[in-house]
Amino acid sequence: MIMKPSPTNTRFALCCALALSGAVTFTGCKPQNLVATAQTGGAAEKVYVPPGKHDEFYNIVSGGFSGNVSVYGLPSGRLFRQIPVFSQFPECGWGYTEETKPMLNTSHGQLPWDDSHHITLSMTKGEHDGRWAFVNSNNTPRVARISLKTFRTEEIIELPNSAGNHSSPFLTENTEYSVAGTRFAVPYADEGANPDVPINTYKGNFKSTISFIKIDPQSGRMSVAFQVMLPGIDVDLARGGKGKSRDWFFFSCYNSEQAHTLLEVNASAKDKDLITCVNWKKCEDYVKAGKGRKSKVKYAHNVYDEGTHSASSTIENEVTVLDPKELKDIVYFMPCPKSPHGCDTDPTGSYIVGSGKLAAVIPVFSFDKVQKAIADKTYDGDYEGIPVLKYEAVLHGEVKKPGLGPLHTEFDDKGFAYTSFFVSSEIVKWDPKTLQVVDRIPTYYSVGHLCVPGGPTTKPHGKYVIAYNKITKDRYLPTGPELTQSAQLIDISGEKMKMLLDFPTVGEPHYAEAIPASLVEPNATKFFKIEENKHPQVTKSEKDARVERNGNQVHVYMTAIRSHFAPDNIEGVQQGDDVFFHVTNLEQDWDVPHGFVIKGSKAAELLIMPGETQTLKWTADRVGVVPFYCTDFCSALHQEMQGYMRVSPQGSTTPVKFSVGDTGAAH
Amino acid sequence: MQHQPQGWQYAWSHEKESCIGCVVINHSSNNAMTIQHALLITAAALALTACGSKEEAEKAAKNAPTPTELIANQPIVHGPEIKNVEIKNPLEAAWVAGGKAQYDTKCMPCHRLDETKLVGPGWKGVTKRRQPIWIMNMICNTDFMLSQDTEAQKQLELCLVRMPNQNVAVEDARKILEFMRSNDGEK
Repeated sequence: MIMKPSPTNTRFALCCALALSGAVTFTGCKPQNLVATAQTGGAAEKVYVPPGKHDEFYNIVSGGFSGNVSVYGLPSGRLFRQIPVFSQFPECGWGYTEETKPMLNTSHGQLPWDDSHHITLSMTKGEHDGRWAFVNSNNTPRVARISLKTFRTEEIIELPNSAGNHSSPFLTENTEYSVAGTRFAVPYADEGANPDVPINTYKGNFKSTISFIKIDPQSGRMSVAFQVMLPGIDVDLARGGKGKSRDWFFFSCYNSEQAHTLLEVNASAKDKDLITCVNWKKCEDYVKAGKGRKSKVKYAHNVYDEGTHSASSTIENEVTVLDPKELKDIVYFMPCPKSPHGCDTDPTGSYIVGSGKLAAVIPVFSFDKVQKAIADKTYDGDYEGIPVLKYEAVLHGEVKKPGLGPLHTEFDDKGFAYTSFFVSSEIVKWDPKTLQVVDRIPTYYSVGHLCVPGGPTTKPHGKYVIAYNKITKDRYLPTGPELTQSAQLIDISGEKMKMLLDFPTVGEPHYAEAIPASLVEPNATKFFKIEENKHPQVTKSEKDARVERNGNQVHVYMTAIRSHFAPDNIEGVQQGDDVFFHVTNLEQDWDVPHGFVIKGSKAAELLIMPGETQTLKWTADRVGVVPFYCTDFCSALHQEMQGYMRVSPQGSTTPVKFSVGDTGAAH
Repeated sequence: MQHQPQGWQYAWSHEKESCIGCVVINHSSNNAMTIQHALLITAAALALTACGSKEEAEKAAKNAPTPTELIANQPIVHGPEIKNVEIKNPLEAAWVAGGKAQYDTKCMPCHRLDETKLVGPGWKGVTKRRQPIWIMNMICNTDFMLSQDTEAQKQLELCLVRMPNQNVAVEDARKILEFMRSNDGEK
């Protein structure tokens, strides 16, 4: 497909590239399409990944209100997978199979849905290491860890003393901790306090917390190490320090007015809100020294074990709470103009960029100046007993008139910053040292988060910025009132930003990270070794396939391989029995999943990867012969991959009987 | 997530009216592949739309030479991973047992120990029909064999289900071979 750029050849190549990327119909190459081609100025070639070739980056994208996470390729914008996390996902049985149900357990019981927000990828020494992705749920506060080998959710931890887990799950430089700050201040039942208080007693009764979740450096296992109790305020976003600021974490906070109604007006009254600076190293030391208070709480910790292919859920009941009013040197506030949203640190860790979403400037704080102000006690009073540093003393400078409604900032590999502007619908490129705006590009429409590959790390990969837009409107063929969500890929390799591609996303893409494929692709799990399958109901050989009755429970130990189930004829089940199909996929090759479902299933299908065991619970609700079949096209004889279960009336004398390949006919 | 044969790409032809028969061979490791092979694979891989190939293959199988002739004259195209297979008598009892264990988990669903064809051919007599190196390669380099070895392709044409690569280690495949020899009555 690569040709020398002679005028005719270029035209032909561009037409073909567009045709293959689906941008025009098969009758393409009409004059109007040539006009469109000319307008994009070679954009098609830059995003064209030929059939069979792989993308350069993985784009791990929050699924927003889908509750899940999506995986795209860049620069093509092709969707590869949705990873189920906080929401049930019938396509692969997530939250429906006996093995995955515990993953959605919380202190409220099993929840079918949540609101995914931010992605953060694990780092070693501030650089992407390609091990895990983390994502938070905003509604019922949780943080999940996803393996970048299996692209599956391995662990979900609920946050106690929390409401609205928004400023999460951002990481410290070496993935020591993931953070979780509360968007909603609420009264806590902590220390026997009665949380049943009038809402208008917000001031005094309502509290906020920031939790630090310890990540085990080998296994990635999470545990809530400690919480910092804050006055009632809305903790919004966060970023860890880097390099010289690595011991610190910065959180933007709005509603310093402590409004509890009509926040739109009442939480926008003050000229400045706050950025909270937390010295997590000092917190760690205090916890080690036993300074924390043990708070009685209840929260779920769910772990998916790759060995048993099963999840377990444990309810934890204690958390360590640190009070910054007593421990004076762990928390400082910095004033930040009008309702800050994004709070981002540059790759050197020298600057903290606040984005007052109602402000006409972008304030950039200097970490060195923050340290000096703390040392010199250059305070501007306190906020509920916690020192507030003087704005002028910590400010590196302000980017003047950058645009309207700054939200988030990412950084490239050349020292530039990119800030998204929701109200003026644009991305603005600026220089953190000189604070000068150097370029701007419109987005369609109302960009929220943005992502530069490696943008939040100490070593950005650069090349692109992706705009995750809040409004799609007329960008795609309309699909009724409900539209797809939208992202836009922008080339930042040159001096001027260039729009390359629109691509739709699943759910509102709150945040995303992009990582070079070379850091992830070589480690991808291809199948699970059957020898290592430790599922308690595994069937490792077709000769062990069987059916066992235990009271009114029937357990079917079934195997699947191209292209039959064993057993595939089952009798002796009675109406009212609970039947558990424990299906083991005996295949040992990549991309040979088998599906399983039986008529009348009130769960979802099973989608069983090679070497894996999954269980579908099914209740025999009526007498008759019920078919089951494989739902994933597995071979030329996939359509033959089916079987029957006979259900007899309750109390019937039909014996439990099972077979495969028994062709003996009865009369 | 439909299984696609590895090393193959199906492509829509821009020149021909019918695209279903257009197969792009993409095997850098063997440039000497013949047209006949390509056609054979085309027929096998697209068996759902192809007609009559199964009957023809069965007819051809009936006129096949005797097992002794076959095993002596079989041309084999296999990968570089397994070059020599030494066999000796008496059989290694531990290998026979190890091979049986592998069979139970990874082979049994498709292969019976008698002559019955299930998904794949029954194993009775397989060591009389095939050279040890062919068997070892069929187990360990399944995709390579199915795309390049004529005898393997004949089997695919008969069975119409691509033999899965069950990721058997070479030493385990050797044990399976020992078990097959035992199954064929060798001592």
